[in-house]
Amino acid sequence: MSTHIKTSTLQLSASGLEVVRKDAVKAYPDECCGFLFGTETEGRKITLAVPVTNHKDGDKRRRFEIHPQDYLRAERLAAEIGLDLLGVYHSHPEHPALPSLTDLEMALPYFSYVIVSVKSGKVVDERSWKLNESLGLFEEEFIMQPIHLS
Amino acid sequence: MATIIIPTPLRKFTGNQSTFKVNDAGTISEAIHSLTDQYTDLKKHVIDEEGKIRSFVRLYLGDEDVSALDQKAETRIKESDVISIVPAIAGGKI
Ligand SMILES: [Zn+2]
Repeated sequence: MSTHIKTSTLQLSASGLEVVRKDAVKAYPDECCGFLFGTETEGRKITLAVPVTNHKDGDKRRRFEIHPQDYLRAERLAAEIGLDLLGVYHSHPEHPALPSLTDLEMALPYFSYVIVSVKSGKVVDERSWKLNESLGLFEEEFIMQPIHLS
Repeated sequence: MATIIIPTPLRKFTGNQSTFKVNDAGTISEAIHSLTDQYTDLKKHVIDEEGKIRSFVRLYLGDEDVSALDQKAETRIKESDVISIVPAIAGGKI
């Protein structure tokens, strides 16, 4: 399902991380979701996180789904502001920040998947995962200490 | 020429091209196939074994979901049309 080999690193801006954590707490006990934008000139840097509605028609406490219109908007936003769409975040209420089989089944190449673990309404962990296509599994990306990016 | 917009996570299969120009004389389906004929590594992410658009992928014609159009992917396209490939984004803890 997942390995613990951390083959790459991910820089997450303090402001981006703040948005992700707040969204996870606000959505609890449901799962939250959103997009991650940034640059990839010197390693992957996430500078912007944008929450979107969990559009799952069903149990939002264990599933999330992003509406295709929201995806289209995210691609357009990236082009407008000159950032790359680099990934997606979602939360795991009362569950570790490890990708599930559902997460793996739906995983796209290239994207960073940041998962936030929320316990009793508080963020306890956040980890990032990237699909290794040839092996068909997630590899963890090491999240560097939040940095203040302009 | 109509335009197909490639979603960011699949651009590594198109040599980092974000757009692809297609002959607008055909249908949406023909346009998508001309793209995947050119970039064969992209094919399995967009087209299933039966040659149909994968269930994990939505197509948009401008702001319209192609599956909601009368003729769906058989809709004919015109010069100014923009087709977007939209990957399904979903998951969960279990
Ligand atoms: Zn998940």
